[in-house]
Amino acid sequence: MNVPRLLWVGWRFYVKNLTLSSFYILTSVLQPIIFASVAYFMFEAGAREGTLLYVALGAGMMGIWSSTLFGSGGAIQWQRWQGVLEYSIAVPPPLLLVIVPLTIATASIGLYSLTATLFWGWLFFDVPLDVAHPIAFLVALPAAVLGLGLLGLVLASTFVLYRNANALSNLLEFPVWLVTGLLVSLSLLPGWVGPLSWVLAPTWGINALREAAIAGNPWPEIGMCLLLSAVYLVIGHFALRHFERLARERATLAIA
Amino acid sequence: MTAARIFAVGGLMSYRALFYWLTPMIYIPSLVVAPIFQILLMAYIGRSAGLASDEFFLVGNAIQYAAVPCLFAMMHLVGGEKFQNTLGAILVSPAPRLPLFFGRAVPVVLNGAFVAAFSLLVGSLILGVEIPGGSIPPLALVILVAAFSCTGLGLINAALALRIRESAVLSNVLFGFLLIFTGANVPLSDLPDWMQTISQWIPFTHAIEAARELVDGASASSVLDLVGRELALGAAYLAAGYLLLRFFENQGRRHATLERS
Repeated sequence: MNVPRLLWVGWRFYVKNLTLSSFYILTSVLQPIIFASVAYFMFEAGAREGTLLYVALGAGMMGIWSSTLFGSGGAIQWQRWQGVLEYSIAVPPPLLLVIVPLTIATASIGLYSLTATLFWGWLFFDVPLDVAHPIAFLVALPAAVLGLGLLGLVLASTFVLYRNANALSNLLEFPVWLVTGLLVSLSLLPGWVGPLSWVLAPTWGINALREAAIAGNPWPEIGMCLLLSAVYLVIGHFALRHFERLARERATLAIA
Repeated sequence: MTAARIFAVGGLMSYRALFYWLTPMIYIPSLVVAPIFQILLMAYIGRSAGLASDEFFLVGNAIQYAAVPCLFAMMHLVGGEKFQNTLGAILVSPAPRLPLFFGRAVPVVLNGAFVAAFSLLVGSLILGVEIPGGSIPPLALVILVAAFSCTGLGLINAALALRIRESAVLSNVLFGFLLIFTGANVPLSDLPDWMQTISQWIPFTHAIEAARELVDGASASSVLDLVGRELALGAAYLAAGYLLLRFFENQGRRHATLERS
C-alpha cells in the first residue's frame, strides 16, 4: 500500500467532490465576506487602531474553520447517506487513511474563504496585501490547513456518535471564532479562555499567518500547528477505531 | 370560516408537519445557544475596535438573529413541501392562498420573537447590561414587530424558493445583508450614504433603533414612529412576498416547473 499516493488521490478526489457542491462553495465564499465586511466597517469606525490585513486574515480563517466544521463534522454521516461507508471500511487500507484526506480537503476548501476575504478587502476596503515574509506565509498556510484538517478528523470521528451533527456544528461555529482570537484580541477575553484557545489549531494557524504577513516570527506558531496536528491524528485514530468497533458490534454501520 | 380555519389550524398543522425534525437537540444549539455566541462575538469585536458599548451589540444582534428562524423557516415552507413532494398537492388545492400562506407565517413570527427575546435576556445577564423594568413590555412589542417585519422578507425568500435551487444560500446571503445594513453592528452614521439609504427600507433597522432607545430608558410613546415604520415595512414585504408567490406559482404551472428547481 502506497500511503502518500492514497492520501494524495483521496485529497484530490474530495476537493473535486466538494467543489462540485455550489452550496458548499458559495457558503465558503459568501459567509466570510459578510463577516469580513462587518469587521472592516467596525474597525474603520472604531476608535482603536487595527490593521485591516489583520481583519482580512481573521475573517478568512473563520471561513476555513466553518468549512472544516461543517464538512468534517458530518463527513462520516455523509458517507453513510451516500451509501459508501461500508465500502470505505471494507477496503484494505485503514479507515483513518480514507477519512484523513476528506477532512484535510474540507479545510483546504476553506482557502476559497481566505482568498475571497483578501480580494474583497483589497478591492473595496483598500486592504494592503503586502506580506512581510512570503516564504514563511507559504509554509504557514498549509500548516494551518493541516492543523484544521486533522482537527476535522477529531470532529468527524466524535460527531458521528451524535445523531444531529449539523446542530453541533451550528453550536461550535461562533464560540471557536471567539475563543481562538480570529477577530478579537485574546487579551480581552477572560483568563480561563486561554487554555481552551491553546488546544485549538485555528489559534496557532491565524497567529502564524499574521506573524508571517505583518513582520513577526511565525515559526513557533507553525511548529505548534504541526504538534497539534500530530496530537489530533492520534486522538482521531483511537476515536475512529472506537466508532468502527461499535458500529460493527451493533451492526449500525448503515443506520443513520 | 373556512379561511379562518385554514389560517389558524392549517398554519399550525403545516408548521408542525414541516418542522417535525426541529427537536430540542437541534433547536437548542441552533436557536438558543448560537445567538448568544453571536452577541458575545460581536460585543468583543466591538471592544477590540473600540466602537461602541456592549449594549449596542447586545440589542442589535439579539434582534438581528431573529432573521435565522424567520428567513430559513419561511424558505422551508416552500422548500420543505418540495422536499416532501407535497408542494403539488398544496398548490392544486382550492384553498385560498392568503390564509394558506399567512397562517403558516404566524408560528414563524412567534418563534422569531422568542429567539430574539431569549437571547436579549441571556445576553444582558452575561454582559451585565441593565434593561429598565418599565421598558420590557414595549421592548417585547418591538421584538414582535421586528420578527413580523423579517417574516415579510421571509415570504419573499419563500417565493424565490419556488424558482431557485440554492434557497439556503439565499437565506444565508439575506442574513448577512441584514447583519451589515441594519446597523446591528455598525452605527448607521458610519456606513456609506448609499448603505444608509438602503437601511431605511429593510427589516430590523427601525426596530433595532427603537429597542436601543427603550433600553436607554426612552418612553414607549417616543418610539412609536419607529415601530410604525417597521410595521409598515413588514406589511409591504408581506404583500410583495404574497404577490411574488402567486406570480411564481402561475409561472410554475404554465411552464410545468413547480418541482424542478
